[in-house]
Amino acid sequence: MDNRELTCICCPMGCQITVTMDDSGTVTSVTGNTCPRGDVYARKEVTSPTRVVTTTVRVTGSISGVRTVSCKTASDIPKDKIFDIISSLKDMTLSCPVCIGDVILEDAAGTGVPVIATSNAV
Amino acid sequence: MKQYDVIVIGGGPAGLAAAISAYDNGCKDVLLIERDNRLGGILNQCIHNGFGLHTFKEELTGPEYADRFIREFHNRNIDHMTGTMVIEITPDKTVRAVNSTDGLIDIKAKAVILAMGCRERSRGQLSIPGSRPAGIFSAGTAQRLVNLEGQMPGRRVVILGSGDIGLIMARRMTLEGANVLAVVELMPYSGGLKRNIVQCLNDYGIPLYLSHTVINIEGNKRVTAVTVAEVDENRKPVAGTEVRYECDTLLLSCGLIPENELSSQLGTKLSRVTNGPVVDSSLETTIPGVFACGNVLHVHDLVDFVSEEAALAGKNAALYVQHLGTTNKELIPVTFSPEIRYTVPAFINMDSITGDIKVRYRVGNNYQNKKVLVTSGGKVLSQKVRRIMAPGEMEDVLIPADKLRSAGRIAEINIKVTDNG
Repeated sequence: MDNRELTCICCPMGCQITVTMDDSGTVTSVTGNTCPRGDVYARKEVTSPTRVVTTTVRVTGSISGVRTVSCKTASDIPKDKIFDIISSLKDMTLSCPVCIGDVILEDAAGTGVPVIATSNAV
Repeated sequence: MKQYDVIVIGGGPAGLAAAISAYDNGCKDVLLIERDNRLGGILNQCIHNGFGLHTFKEELTGPEYADRFIREFHNRNIDHMTGTMVIEITPDKTVRAVNSTDGLIDIKAKAVILAMGCRERSRGQLSIPGSRPAGIFSAGTAQRLVNLEGQMPGRRVVILGSGDIGLIMARRMTLEGANVLAVVELMPYSGGLKRNIVQCLNDYGIPLYLSHTVINIEGNKRVTAVTVAEVDENRKPVAGTEVRYECDTLLLSCGLIPENELSSQLGTKLSRVTNGPVVDSSLETTIPGVFACGNVLHVHDLVDFVSEEAALAGKNAALYVQHLGTTNKELIPVTFSPEIRYTVPAFINMDSITGDIKVRYRVGNNYQNKKVLVTSGGKVLSQKVRRIMAPGEMEDVLIPADKLRSAGRIAEINIKVTDNG
Protein backbone atom coordinates (compact mmCIF):
# COMPACT_ATOMS: atom_id res chain seq x y z
CA MET A 1 0.00 0.00 0.00
CA ASP A 2 1.30 3.39 -0.97
CA ASN A 3 -0.38 6.82 -0.94
CA ARG A 4 0.61 9.67 -3.26
CA GLU A 5 -0.59 13.24 -2.79
CA LEU A 6 -0.96 15.23 -6.02
CA THR A 7 -2.14 18.67 -7.06
CA CYS A 8 -4.29 18.35 -10.14
CA ILE A 9 -3.16 20.65 -12.96
CA CYS A 10 -6.15 20.19 -15.28
CA CYS A 11 -7.88 23.44 -14.23
CA PRO A 12 -7.55 26.35 -11.76
CA MET A 13 -9.36 24.36 -9.04
CA GLY A 14 -6.09 22.60 -8.26
CA CYS A 15 -7.76 19.69 -6.46
CA GLN A 16 -5.64 17.86 -3.89
CA ILE A 17 -5.82 14.27 -5.04
CA THR A 18 -4.83 11.18 -3.09
CA VAL A 19 -3.88 8.12 -5.12
CA THR A 20 -3.64 4.74 -3.38
CA MET A 21 -1.61 1.96 -4.95
CA ASP A 22 -1.14 -1.67 -3.91
CA ASP A 23 2.27 -3.30 -3.56
CA SER A 24 2.50 -4.10 -7.26
CA GLY A 25 2.02 -0.41 -8.09
CA THR A 26 -1.52 -0.83 -9.37
CA VAL A 27 -3.82 2.10 -8.59
CA THR A 28 -6.57 0.97 -6.22
CA SER A 29 -8.29 4.31 -5.58
CA VAL A 30 -8.27 7.98 -6.58
CA THR A 31 -9.94 10.43 -4.18
CA GLY A 32 -10.15 14.20 -3.80
CA ASN A 33 -10.74 14.97 -7.47
CA THR A 34 -13.98 16.77 -8.34
CA CYS A 35 -14.19 15.74 -11.98
CA PRO A 36 -13.25 12.81 -14.26
CA ARG A 37 -10.27 14.68 -15.72
CA GLY A 38 -8.62 14.62 -12.31
CA ASP A 39 -8.94 10.84 -12.17
CA VAL A 40 -7.25 10.42 -15.56
CA TYR A 41 -4.47 12.87 -14.65
CA ALA A 42 -3.77 11.22 -11.29
CA ARG A 43 -3.55 7.69 -12.71
CA LYS A 44 -1.11 8.78 -15.44
CA GLU A 45 0.94 10.92 -13.06
CA VAL A 46 1.63 8.04 -10.64
CA THR A 47 2.17 5.30 -13.23
CA SER A 48 3.98 6.96 -16.14
CA PRO A 49 4.44 10.72 -15.73
CA THR A 50 5.49 12.44 -18.95
CA ARG A 51 6.58 15.95 -19.91
CA VAL A 52 7.46 17.87 -23.06
CA VAL A 53 11.07 19.07 -22.73
CA THR A 54 12.05 22.48 -24.12
CA THR A 55 15.56 23.92 -24.21
CA THR A 56 17.96 25.79 -26.50
CA VAL A 57 20.92 24.83 -28.68
CA ARG A 58 23.73 27.12 -29.81
CA VAL A 59 24.00 28.11 -33.47
CA THR A 60 26.88 29.51 -35.51
CA GLY A 61 26.98 31.44 -38.76
CA SER A 62 23.87 33.55 -38.23
CA ILE A 63 23.79 36.69 -40.39
CA SER A 64 20.97 38.12 -38.29
CA GLY A 65 22.87 37.85 -35.01
CA VAL A 66 20.92 34.89 -33.62
CA ARG A 67 22.92 32.92 -31.03
CA THR A 68 20.52 30.11 -30.14
CA VAL A 69 17.56 28.17 -31.48
CA SER A 70 14.91 26.86 -29.17
CA CYS A 71 13.75 23.26 -29.44
CA LYS A 72 11.34 20.72 -27.95
CA THR A 73 10.70 17.02 -27.85
CA ALA A 74 8.14 16.34 -30.58
CA SER A 75 5.87 14.72 -27.99
CA ASP A 76 5.91 14.12 -24.24
CA ILE A 77 8.63 11.84 -22.89
CA PRO A 78 9.02 9.97 -19.57
CA LYS A 79 9.80 12.41 -16.78
CA ASP A 80 12.95 10.56 -15.66
CA LYS A 81 14.55 11.15 -19.10
CA ILE A 82 14.47 14.96 -18.85
CA PHE A 83 18.07 15.45 -17.68
CA ASP A 84 19.42 12.86 -20.14
CA ILE A 85 17.82 14.76 -22.99
CA ILE A 86 19.13 18.11 -21.76
CA SER A 87 22.68 16.80 -21.46
CA SER A 88 22.62 15.22 -24.93
CA LEU A 89 21.84 18.68 -26.36
CA LYS A 90 24.17 20.67 -24.12
CA ASP A 91 27.33 20.53 -26.19
CA MET A 92 25.65 20.57 -29.58
CA THR A 93 26.25 23.45 -32.01
CA LEU A 94 24.15 23.83 -35.14
CA SER A 95 24.99 25.68 -38.34
CA CYS A 96 22.57 28.18 -39.81
CA PRO A 97 20.07 28.06 -41.34
CA VAL A 98 17.78 26.25 -38.93
CA CYS A 99 14.02 26.30 -39.47
CA ILE A 100 11.08 25.59 -37.22
CA GLY A 101 10.33 21.85 -37.42
CA ASP A 102 13.89 20.79 -38.37
CA VAL A 103 14.92 17.60 -36.58
CA ILE A 104 17.85 18.42 -34.29
CA LEU A 105 18.17 14.99 -32.69
CA GLU A 106 16.55 11.83 -34.13
CA ASP A 107 16.10 9.97 -30.86
CA ALA A 108 16.12 11.90 -27.59
CA ALA A 109 17.93 9.75 -24.99
CA GLY A 110 16.51 6.46 -26.24
CA THR A 111 12.88 7.55 -26.00
CA GLY A 112 12.35 7.23 -29.75
CA VAL A 113 11.06 10.80 -29.76
CA PRO A 114 12.88 13.35 -31.93
CA VAL A 115 13.89 16.83 -30.80
CA ILE A 116 12.74 19.54 -33.23
CA ALA A 117 13.60 23.22 -33.62
CA THR A 118 10.96 25.70 -32.46
CA SER A 119 12.61 28.88 -33.75
CA ASN A 120 14.37 29.99 -36.91
CA ALA A 121 18.00 31.00 -37.30
CA VAL A 122 19.35 32.48 -40.54
CA MET B 1 6.07 64.10 -43.48
CA LYS B 2 5.40 60.42 -44.16
CA GLN B 3 1.82 59.38 -43.53
CA TYR B 4 -0.04 56.15 -42.79
CA ASP B 5 -3.68 55.35 -42.09
CA VAL B 6 -2.79 53.19 -39.09
CA ILE B 7 0.46 53.03 -37.10
CA VAL B 8 0.86 50.13 -34.67
CA ILE B 9 3.36 50.63 -31.83
CA GLY B 10 4.91 47.31 -30.85
CA GLY B 11 5.62 44.12 -32.81
CA GLY B 12 4.75 41.51 -30.19
CA PRO B 13 1.66 39.31 -30.30
CA ALA B 14 -0.71 42.26 -29.78
CA GLY B 15 0.86 44.50 -32.44
CA LEU B 16 1.09 41.70 -35.02
CA ALA B 17 -2.55 40.64 -34.58
CA ALA B 18 -3.74 44.26 -34.58
CA ALA B 19 -1.86 45.10 -37.79
CA ILE B 20 -3.10 41.95 -39.55
CA SER B 21 -6.68 42.67 -38.49
CA ALA B 22 -6.57 46.35 -39.54
CA TYR B 23 -5.33 45.20 -42.95
CA ASP B 24 -7.94 42.46 -43.30
CA ASN B 25 -10.68 44.90 -42.36
CA GLY B 26 -9.95 47.12 -45.32
CA CYS B 27 -7.14 49.37 -44.16
CA LYS B 28 -4.20 48.64 -46.49
CA ASP B 29 -1.95 51.49 -45.36
CA VAL B 30 -0.46 50.17 -42.11
CA LEU B 31 2.95 50.64 -40.47
CA LEU B 32 4.17 48.64 -37.49
CA ILE B 33 7.09 49.94 -35.40
CA GLU B 34 9.12 47.59 -33.17
CA ARG B 35 11.91 48.49 -30.75
CA ASP B 36 13.73 45.13 -30.93
CA ASN B 37 15.60 43.91 -34.00
CA ARG B 38 13.00 41.27 -34.76
CA LEU B 39 9.26 40.82 -34.58
CA GLY B 40 7.55 38.55 -32.05
CA GLY B 41 8.15 40.43 -28.82
CA ILE B 42 8.56 38.54 -25.57
CA LEU B 43 7.33 35.30 -27.20
CA ASN B 44 10.79 34.86 -28.74
CA GLN B 45 12.29 34.14 -25.33
CA CYS B 46 9.35 32.07 -24.00
CA ILE B 47 10.68 28.73 -25.25
CA HIS B 48 8.40 26.63 -23.01
CA ASN B 49 5.22 25.14 -24.44
CA GLY B 50 1.57 25.80 -23.64
CA PHE B 51 0.82 28.65 -26.04
CA GLY B 52 -1.98 28.61 -28.57
CA LEU B 53 -4.38 26.02 -27.12
CA HIS B 54 -7.34 28.34 -27.76
CA THR B 55 -6.20 29.82 -31.09
CA PHE B 56 -4.65 26.81 -32.81
CA LYS B 57 -5.97 23.91 -30.68
CA GLU B 58 -2.42 22.69 -30.10
CA GLU B 59 0.34 23.40 -27.59
CA LEU B 60 3.02 25.56 -29.17
CA THR B 61 6.15 27.16 -27.75
CA GLY B 62 6.37 30.96 -27.70
CA PRO B 63 8.60 31.27 -30.81
CA GLU B 64 6.30 28.93 -32.76
CA TYR B 65 3.22 30.92 -31.78
CA ALA B 66 4.95 34.17 -32.80
CA ASP B 67 6.08 32.64 -36.10
CA ARG B 68 2.48 31.83 -37.10
CA PHE B 69 1.57 35.49 -36.75
CA ILE B 70 4.81 36.79 -38.29
CA ARG B 71 4.11 34.67 -41.40
CA GLU B 72 0.57 36.03 -41.63
CA PHE B 73 1.98 39.53 -41.20
CA HIS B 74 4.52 39.09 -44.02
CA ASN B 75 1.84 37.56 -46.28
CA ARG B 76 0.21 40.97 -46.33
CA ASN B 77 1.57 44.19 -47.72
CA ILE B 78 2.17 45.76 -44.30
CA ASP B 79 5.16 48.04 -43.69
CA HIS B 80 7.29 47.59 -40.60
CA MET B 81 10.36 49.09 -38.99
CA THR B 82 12.42 47.11 -36.46
CA GLY B 83 15.18 48.47 -34.25
CA THR B 84 13.10 51.62 -34.03
CA MET B 85 11.85 53.12 -30.81
CA VAL B 86 8.84 55.42 -30.60
CA ILE B 87 9.62 58.24 -28.19
CA GLU B 88 6.51 60.37 -28.49
CA ILE B 89 2.96 60.36 -29.84
CA THR B 90 1.28 63.76 -30.10
CA PRO B 91 -2.52 64.29 -29.79
CA ASP B 92 -2.67 65.03 -33.56
CA LYS B 93 -1.19 61.53 -34.00
CA THR B 94 2.29 62.38 -35.13
CA VAL B 95 4.49 59.47 -34.11
CA ARG B 96 8.08 60.45 -33.35
CA ALA B 97 10.57 57.57 -33.47
CA VAL B 98 14.32 57.11 -33.48
CA ASN B 99 16.68 54.53 -34.94
CA SER B 100 20.33 54.36 -35.92
CA THR B 101 19.85 54.63 -39.70
CA ASP B 102 17.24 57.40 -40.01
CA GLY B 103 17.86 59.26 -36.76
CA LEU B 104 14.76 61.10 -35.63
CA ILE B 105 11.65 60.49 -37.74
CA ASP B 106 8.13 61.97 -37.60
CA ILE B 107 5.29 59.98 -39.17
CA LYS B 108 1.67 61.06 -39.28
CA ALA B 109 -1.18 58.61 -38.64
CA LYS B 110 -4.95 58.77 -38.88
CA ALA B 111 -5.23 56.12 -36.16
CA VAL B 112 -2.71 54.71 -33.69
CA ILE B 113 -2.79 51.31 -31.98
CA LEU B 114 -0.88 51.06 -28.71
CA ALA B 115 0.62 47.57 -28.32
CA MET B 116 3.74 48.18 -26.24
CA GLY B 117 3.22 45.33 -23.78
CA CYS B 118 4.35 45.43 -20.17
CA ARG B 119 7.41 45.51 -17.94
CA GLU B 120 8.46 43.60 -14.87
CA ARG B 121 8.37 45.25 -11.47
CA SER B 122 11.96 46.22 -10.63
CA ARG B 123 13.99 46.06 -7.45
CA GLY B 124 13.54 49.79 -6.99
CA GLN B 125 9.76 49.40 -7.12
CA LEU B 126 9.93 46.58 -4.56
CA SER B 127 12.10 48.52 -2.07
CA ILE B 128 14.24 45.55 -0.96
CA PRO B 129 16.79 46.57 1.70
CA GLY B 130 20.46 45.72 1.40
CA SER B 131 23.45 46.54 -0.78
CA ARG B 132 23.25 47.03 -4.52
CA PRO B 133 25.57 44.46 -6.09
CA ALA B 134 25.42 42.84 -9.53
CA GLY B 135 23.50 39.57 -9.74
CA ILE B 136 19.96 40.88 -9.27
CA PHE B 137 17.88 40.29 -12.39
CA SER B 138 14.25 40.37 -13.30
CA ALA B 139 13.13 36.85 -14.22
CA GLY B 140 12.47 38.03 -17.77
CA THR B 141 16.00 39.42 -18.13
CA ALA B 142 17.41 36.09 -16.97
CA GLN B 143 15.10 34.36 -19.45
CA ARG B 144 16.44 36.52 -22.26
CA LEU B 145 20.06 35.86 -21.24
CA VAL B 146 19.63 32.09 -21.02
CA ASN B 147 17.33 31.49 -23.98
CA LEU B 148 18.40 34.11 -26.53
CA GLU B 149 21.97 35.01 -25.58
CA GLY B 150 22.99 31.53 -24.37
CA GLN B 151 24.45 33.01 -21.17
CA MET B 152 23.88 31.80 -17.61
CA PRO B 153 23.30 34.71 -15.22
CA GLY B 154 24.33 32.71 -12.13
CA ARG B 155 24.80 29.33 -10.44
CA ARG B 156 23.19 29.58 -6.99
CA VAL B 157 19.83 31.25 -7.27
CA VAL B 158 17.04 32.53 -5.03
CA ILE B 159 13.83 33.70 -6.71
CA LEU B 160 11.61 36.34 -5.12
CA GLY B 161 8.01 36.22 -6.32
CA SER B 162 6.12 33.24 -7.68
CA GLY B 163 4.82 34.77 -10.89
CA ASP B 164 4.80 32.44 -13.87
CA ILE B 165 8.05 33.75 -15.36
CA GLY B 166 9.79 33.14 -12.03
CA LEU B 167 8.49 29.57 -11.88
CA ILE B 168 9.45 28.92 -15.50
CA MET B 169 12.94 30.29 -14.81
CA ALA B 170 13.33 28.13 -11.68
CA ARG B 171 13.00 25.10 -13.97
CA ARG B 172 15.04 26.58 -16.80
CA MET B 173 18.00 27.51 -14.56
CA THR B 174 17.86 24.04 -12.94
CA LEU B 175 17.97 22.34 -16.34
CA GLU B 176 20.97 24.49 -17.28
CA GLY B 177 22.83 23.31 -14.20
CA ALA B 178 22.11 26.03 -11.64
CA ASN B 179 21.10 25.31 -8.07
CA VAL B 180 17.77 27.03 -7.37
CA LEU B 181 17.61 27.19 -3.59
CA ALA B 182 14.13 28.59 -3.03
CA VAL B 183 11.20 30.49 -4.48
CA VAL B 184 9.96 33.04 -1.97
CA GLU B 185 6.45 34.55 -2.18
CA LEU B 186 5.23 37.47 -0.05
CA MET B 187 1.56 36.54 -0.39
CA PRO B 188 -0.05 33.48 1.23
CA TYR B 189 -0.82 32.13 -2.27
CA SER B 190 1.24 31.81 -5.45
CA GLY B 191 0.90 34.31 -8.26
CA GLY B 192 1.56 31.60 -10.81
CA LEU B 193 -0.51 28.89 -12.46
CA LYS B 194 -0.91 25.57 -10.61
CA ARG B 195 0.52 23.64 -13.54
CA ASN B 196 3.70 25.70 -13.30
CA ILE B 197 4.10 25.00 -9.58
CA VAL B 198 3.77 21.28 -10.24
CA GLN B 199 5.88 21.10 -13.41
CA CYS B 200 8.52 23.74 -12.59
CA LEU B 201 9.00 23.45 -8.82
CA ASN B 202 7.65 20.10 -7.56
CA ASP B 203 9.22 18.15 -10.46
CA TYR B 204 12.65 19.42 -9.42
CA GLY B 205 12.20 19.52 -5.65
CA ILE B 206 12.48 23.32 -5.50
CA PRO B 207 10.83 24.63 -2.29
CA LEU B 208 8.19 27.39 -2.44
CA TYR B 209 7.91 29.49 0.73
CA LEU B 210 4.59 31.37 0.90
CA SER B 211 4.23 34.41 3.20
CA HIS B 212 7.99 34.95 3.03
CA THR B 213 10.12 37.72 1.57
CA VAL B 214 13.71 38.84 1.07
CA ILE B 215 14.70 41.23 3.87
CA ASN B 216 18.38 41.72 3.04
CA ILE B 217 20.78 41.45 0.12
CA GLU B 218 24.52 41.08 0.80
CA GLY B 219 27.45 41.54 -1.52
CA ASN B 220 29.90 44.18 -2.59
CA LYS B 221 30.49 43.59 -6.30
CA ARG B 222 28.29 40.53 -6.71
CA VAL B 223 25.44 39.12 -4.62
CA THR B 224 26.90 36.82 -1.94
CA ALA B 225 23.79 36.06 0.12
CA VAL B 226 20.17 37.01 0.72
CA THR B 227 18.19 36.77 3.93
CA VAL B 228 14.62 35.46 3.79
CA ALA B 229 12.06 35.86 6.58
CA GLU B 230 8.47 34.90 7.17
CA VAL B 231 5.91 37.74 7.11
CA ASP B 232 2.82 38.21 9.27
CA GLU B 233 -0.70 38.97 8.03
CA ASN B 234 0.33 42.62 7.56
CA ARG B 235 3.25 41.46 5.39
CA LYS B 236 5.77 42.58 8.05
CA PRO B 237 8.83 40.34 8.65
CA VAL B 238 8.57 38.15 11.76
CA ALA B 239 11.67 38.42 13.95
CA GLY B 240 13.46 35.11 14.56
CA THR B 241 12.35 33.51 11.27
CA GLU B 242 15.34 34.73 9.22
CA VAL B 243 17.18 32.24 7.02
CA ARG B 244 20.33 33.26 5.16
CA TYR B 245 20.99 31.77 1.72
CA GLU B 246 24.48 32.01 0.24
CA CYS B 247 23.88 32.64 -3.44
CA ASP B 248 25.20 34.65 -6.39
CA THR B 249 21.90 35.52 -8.03
CA LEU B 250 18.49 36.89 -7.05
CA LEU B 251 15.71 36.76 -9.64
CA LEU B 252 12.62 38.94 -9.27
CA SER B 253 9.21 37.78 -10.50
CA CYS B 254 6.90 40.17 -8.69
CA GLY B 255 4.33 41.26 -11.18
CA LEU B 256 4.01 43.02 -14.52
CA ILE B 257 3.07 46.62 -15.19
CA PRO B 258 1.70 47.87 -18.53
CA GLU B 259 4.28 50.08 -20.24
CA ASN B 260 2.37 53.32 -20.66
CA GLU B 261 4.95 56.11 -20.74
CA LEU B 262 3.90 56.95 -24.32
CA SER B 263 0.19 56.75 -23.49
CA SER B 264 0.38 59.00 -20.44
CA GLN B 265 2.59 61.52 -22.25
CA LEU B 266 -0.04 61.53 -24.99
CA GLY B 267 -2.70 62.26 -22.37
CA THR B 268 -4.85 59.11 -22.49
CA LYS B 269 -6.65 58.48 -19.24
CA LEU B 270 -5.10 55.53 -17.36
CA SER B 271 -6.85 53.13 -14.99
CA ARG B 272 -5.46 53.09 -11.46
CA VAL B 273 -6.26 49.39 -11.16
CA THR B 274 -4.80 48.06 -14.41
CA ASN B 275 -2.25 50.84 -15.07
CA GLY B 276 -3.47 50.64 -18.66
CA PRO B 277 -5.56 53.09 -20.72
CA VAL B 278 -9.28 53.39 -20.01
CA VAL B 279 -11.02 52.08 -23.16
CA ASP B 280 -14.54 51.64 -24.49
CA SER B 281 -15.90 48.55 -26.22
CA SER B 282 -14.12 49.57 -29.46
CA LEU B 283 -10.86 49.46 -27.43
CA GLU B 284 -10.53 53.18 -28.16
CA THR B 285 -8.79 55.22 -25.46
CA THR B 286 -10.02 58.62 -24.24
CA ILE B 287 -8.20 60.14 -27.24
CA PRO B 288 -10.21 59.58 -30.45
CA GLY B 289 -8.41 57.37 -32.97
CA VAL B 290 -5.99 55.94 -30.41
CA PHE B 291 -6.65 52.28 -29.59
CA ALA B 292 -4.98 49.91 -27.11
CA CYS B 293 -4.68 46.13 -26.84
CA GLY B 294 -2.67 43.37 -25.22
CA ASN B 295 -0.56 43.75 -22.10
CA VAL B 296 -0.28 47.53 -22.47
CA LEU B 297 -4.03 47.62 -21.83
CA HIS B 298 -4.14 45.08 -18.99
CA VAL B 299 -1.83 42.18 -18.18
CA HIS B 300 -3.13 38.90 -19.62
CA ASP B 301 -2.48 35.30 -18.55
CA LEU B 302 -2.74 33.80 -22.03
CA VAL B 303 -1.38 35.09 -25.33
CA ASP B 304 -4.40 33.64 -27.14
CA PHE B 305 -6.59 36.28 -25.53
CA VAL B 306 -4.06 39.00 -26.39
CA SER B 307 -4.31 38.04 -30.06
CA GLU B 308 -8.11 38.02 -29.92
CA GLU B 309 -8.28 41.40 -28.21
CA ALA B 310 -5.72 42.92 -30.59
CA ALA B 311 -7.69 41.76 -33.63
CA LEU B 312 -10.66 43.74 -32.29
CA ALA B 313 -8.48 46.84 -31.84
CA GLY B 314 -7.19 46.48 -35.40
CA LYS B 315 -10.70 46.13 -36.79
CA ASN B 316 -11.92 49.20 -34.92
CA ALA B 317 -8.91 51.26 -35.99
CA ALA B 318 -9.74 50.36 -39.61
CA LEU B 319 -13.39 51.35 -39.07
CA TYR B 320 -12.28 54.61 -37.49
CA VAL B 321 -10.15 55.49 -40.53
CA GLN B 322 -12.97 54.56 -42.95
CA HIS B 323 -15.55 56.70 -41.12
CA LEU B 324 -13.22 59.48 -40.05
CA GLY B 325 -15.10 62.50 -38.73
CA THR B 326 -18.54 60.92 -39.08
CA THR B 327 -18.69 58.74 -35.99
CA ASN B 328 -20.78 59.54 -32.97
CA LYS B 329 -20.12 58.02 -29.62
CA GLU B 330 -22.62 57.30 -26.92
CA LEU B 331 -20.71 55.76 -24.02
CA ILE B 332 -22.40 54.04 -21.12
CA PRO B 333 -20.33 52.87 -18.14
CA VAL B 334 -19.80 49.25 -17.09
CA THR B 335 -20.33 49.06 -13.31
CA PHE B 336 -19.60 46.00 -11.18
CA SER B 337 -19.96 44.41 -7.75
CA PRO B 338 -17.06 44.53 -5.21
CA GLU B 339 -15.80 41.02 -6.05
CA ILE B 340 -14.62 42.45 -9.40
CA ARG B 341 -11.49 44.63 -9.49
CA TYR B 342 -11.85 46.06 -12.99
CA THR B 343 -13.41 45.49 -16.38
CA VAL B 344 -12.04 46.00 -19.89
CA PRO B 345 -13.80 47.80 -21.49
CA ALA B 346 -14.85 50.36 -18.89
CA PHE B 347 -17.52 51.76 -21.25
CA ILE B 348 -19.80 50.35 -23.94
CA ASN B 349 -19.92 52.37 -27.17
CA MET B 350 -23.64 52.07 -27.98
CA ASP B 351 -23.13 53.70 -31.40
CA SER B 352 -20.74 51.02 -32.57
CA ILE B 353 -22.07 47.57 -31.66
CA THR B 354 -20.36 45.53 -34.37
CA GLY B 355 -20.77 42.19 -32.61
CA ASP B 356 -21.20 40.52 -29.23
CA ILE B 357 -19.10 42.35 -26.65
CA LYS B 358 -16.66 40.38 -24.53
CA VAL B 359 -16.01 42.03 -21.18
CA ARG B 360 -12.81 40.80 -19.52
CA TYR B 361 -12.31 41.23 -15.78
CA ARG B 362 -10.44 40.00 -12.74
CA VAL B 363 -11.77 39.19 -9.29
CA GLY B 364 -9.92 40.18 -6.11
CA ASN B 365 -10.24 36.92 -4.21
CA ASN B 366 -10.92 33.20 -4.62
CA TYR B 367 -14.61 32.39 -5.14
CA GLN B 368 -16.46 29.13 -5.64
CA ASN B 369 -19.83 28.33 -7.21
CA LYS B 370 -20.87 31.79 -8.39
CA LYS B 371 -23.19 33.14 -11.03
CA VAL B 372 -22.14 36.22 -12.98
CA LEU B 373 -25.10 38.37 -14.03
CA VAL B 374 -24.97 41.12 -16.65
CA THR B 375 -27.96 43.43 -16.28
CA SER B 376 -29.19 46.79 -17.43
CA GLY B 377 -32.12 48.53 -15.76
CA GLY B 378 -33.06 45.29 -14.01
CA LYS B 379 -33.09 43.31 -17.28
CA VAL B 380 -30.69 40.35 -17.57
CA LEU B 381 -28.56 40.62 -20.73
CA SER B 382 -26.48 37.52 -20.07
CA GLN B 383 -25.30 35.23 -17.30
CA LYS B 384 -22.59 32.70 -16.68
CA VAL B 385 -22.06 30.11 -13.94
CA ARG B 386 -18.50 29.88 -12.60
CA ARG B 387 -17.46 26.89 -10.52
CA ILE B 388 -14.30 28.70 -9.47
CA MET B 389 -12.84 32.17 -9.90
CA ALA B 390 -9.33 33.21 -8.81
CA PRO B 391 -7.35 36.49 -8.94
CA GLY B 392 -4.70 34.87 -11.13
CA GLU B 393 -7.14 33.86 -13.86
CA MET B 394 -8.72 36.47 -16.10
CA GLU B 395 -12.48 36.04 -16.48
CA ASP B 396 -14.78 37.10 -19.30
CA VAL B 397 -18.48 37.40 -19.99
CA LEU B 398 -20.18 37.91 -23.35
CA ILE B 399 -22.92 40.50 -23.88
CA PRO B 400 -24.96 39.56 -26.97
CA ALA B 401 -25.16 42.34 -29.58
CA ASP B 402 -28.91 41.87 -30.18
CA LYS B 403 -29.65 42.26 -26.46
CA LEU B 404 -27.70 45.53 -26.41
CA ARG B 405 -29.34 46.85 -29.58
CA SER B 406 -32.84 46.07 -28.30
CA ALA B 407 -32.14 47.40 -24.82
CA GLY B 408 -33.24 50.91 -25.81
CA ARG B 409 -31.87 53.85 -23.90
CA ILE B 410 -29.92 52.53 -20.95
CA ALA B 411 -27.81 54.34 -18.39
CA GLU B 412 -25.32 51.60 -17.51
CA ILE B 413 -24.38 47.95 -17.76
CA ASN B 414 -23.88 46.19 -14.43
CA ILE B 415 -21.88 43.02 -13.84
CA LYS B 416 -22.59 41.28 -10.57
CA VAL B 417 -21.09 38.20 -8.94
CA THR B 418 -23.80 36.36 -7.00
CA ASP B 419 -24.16 33.00 -5.27
CA ASN B 420 -25.25 30.24 -7.61
CA GLY B 421 -28.22 28.21 -6.49
